[in-house]
Amino acid sequence: MIRPNNLILRTTTSLIAFLLLGFSIYSFFAGHNAPGGGFIGGLMTAGAILLLYMSYGIETVDEMLPINYTTLISSGLAIAVGTGVGSFIFGAPFLSHTFGYFHFPIFGEVELATAMLFDLGVYLTVVGVVMTIILTIANDQE
Amino acid sequence: MSNLAVLPIVLPLIAAIILIFFNSNVKISRLLTKVFSLAGLAVAGYVFLHVMENGTITLQTGSWVAPYGIILVVDALSAVLILTTNIVSVACAFYAAHAGLGEKEKFYFYPFFFFLITGVTGAFITGDLFNLFVFFEVLLMASYALIVLGGDKVQLRESIKYLLINLFSSMLFVTAIAFIYGVVGTINMAQISERVGEVEQQGILTTIAFLLFFVFATKAALFPLYYWLPNSYIVPNPVISALFGALLTKVGVYSITRVFTLIFTHRLELTHEFFIWIAGLSMIFGVIGALSTNNIKLIVAYNIIPAIGYMIMGIGIFNQEALSGSIYYLVQDMIVKAALFLLVGVIAYVAGTSDLRKMGGLIHHYPVLGWLLFISAFVLAGIPPFSGFIGKLLLLEGAFQGGDIVIAIIALITSLLILYSVIKIFIRGFWGDKDTIKNLEKKSTKGMIGPIVFLLSFTVILGIGAEFFYPISDSIAEYLLDPEIYIDSVLKE
Repeated sequence: MIRPNNLILRTTTSLIAFLLLGFSIYSFFAGHNAPGGGFIGGLMTAGAILLLYMSYGIETVDEMLPINYTTLISSGLAIAVGTGVGSFIFGAPFLSHTFGYFHFPIFGEVELATAMLFDLGVYLTVVGVVMTIILTIANDQE
Repeated sequence: MSNLAVLPIVLPLIAAIILIFFNSNVKISRLLTKVFSLAGLAVAGYVFLHVMENGTITLQTGSWVAPYGIILVVDALSAVLILTTNIVSVACAFYAAHAGLGEKEKFYFYPFFFFLITGVTGAFITGDLFNLFVFFEVLLMASYALIVLGGDKVQLRESIKYLLINLFSSMLFVTAIAFIYGVVGTINMAQISERVGEVEQQGILTTIAFLLFFVFATKAALFPLYYWLPNSYIVPNPVISALFGALLTKVGVYSITRVFTLIFTHRLELTHEFFIWIAGLSMIFGVIGALSTNNIKLIVAYNIIPAIGYMIMGIGIFNQEALSGSIYYLVQDMIVKAALFLLVGVIAYVAGTSDLRKMGGLIHHYPVLGWLLFISAFVLAGIPPFSGFIGKLLLLEGAFQGGDIVIAIIALITSLLILYSVIKIFIRGFWGDKDTIKNLEKKSTKGMIGPIVFLLSFTVILGIGAEFFYPISDSIAEYLLDPEIYIDSVLKE
């Protein structure tokens, strides 16, 4: 079978995929004060990875991103549960969150909340689940 | 404020997450499963003793005050059910290694097992209607995965039906919650109860009550919504059937108990009178199903339905004796159903068939198995030294006090037919010539008998120690009849 030359697709993908990744990370961090958050951020990241898979093929991207997405799901869950259980150490009820203001060289004063760690768990789980679903169906040979 | 309330949910959740990492190493998975299930039992036992001594534990997760945040409530009823759930989970965890799961053990059986336990305990503990829905979904998702695990043709066929009916009733559940939120403006159960009480359950509230009953009745497999249950419960591995038969329908029963003793208690002549009819019909049709078949697994699966009928009958009669009997019956039925599913699993394994007409004479080869089945048949029917008797006695006492004679007679006749349907397995399968089954190979039942004996010993303890356990169920019934206590413990100033 002669492979069609998909030069245009690949060139635009390398641009768009990284724009998408950037935007997904932006909306992940924006989740506290603006629309966004772990779920939508994770979906968009999965979208970006999926775009790479579509234009470069499964073998190439597997080499590029050697991630076991099933482990990603359980890591995400572990982080989310960990932030809940972490409050036990401070004698606070399950899932209590806290926040603080920190000074960084470039960004200036930033509000950091432990709710973001929970969101990180959601983010990783969503990426893991979506990629596992799609890759399992894509790799199905029968 | 006590994090004790969340431990029975978090422990199996952590176990499930850890076990995902170890999915390909069967030995470590088995070991961790046993350790975590025993730890779960220890925690549940501690929580139970704590609740018995100090009263209801409430936890405001994330430090948000009562009606605004998610409240976890472990009262005596929840504590008893969590303890029972963990007893069943320990037995299943120890049985699983010998259940002949084969390759399935590597395909995330143990994580799904613990996700199921997480969902069940979560549903028992939550004090919030929407969270109840979420935990229902957690346990249902795990059960979808478990029922189809292995991918046999019959499993695929039955899981489609199972999935469709549960998806439909879950959608209805969300709709019902939307309605109730639209009417009373809250989803915290204590506050719903308070607000429904203020308007004395007028107008649309009774309709919503029936909608919720329809949802829970589908999950609990009551007449006429039980048609999905028998076939889908017998297709997976016995250990999975045991988990399903012991836990899943009982979460539906628990939800009915909670919602119709806490929230919708102002129009008894409409709602609870209706339950008695439904309970009677469930008993009759369930036991007819059990009598109609020669498949030993199907006999046990059909026996779930009349048992659910008994529990709902107690809620329908709605006096202290009947509720107490209902709770006693619920606890002992969770244990005995798990034991029975495991037992018929072993019988089908050693006989090489689950068809009664092809069996016979097993008692010569497997005497222990035979007598265990004999005991569990007596437990199920409610013969005095065993636990089934106390529950049914209390239910009948409640029925006669409430003047519901018809349901009492139906319950008695049903008991007799249940005994017949299960003792049929004993008579046809175990009696008879030594060589009824040709070329019967002697198979090892190592590791399979232990968990069953463990479970059945609880039914004996619950029966003989009724003097000790009856006051607990009686005080729970008294507590359930007075929703004010629950509301006060959640919405205290």
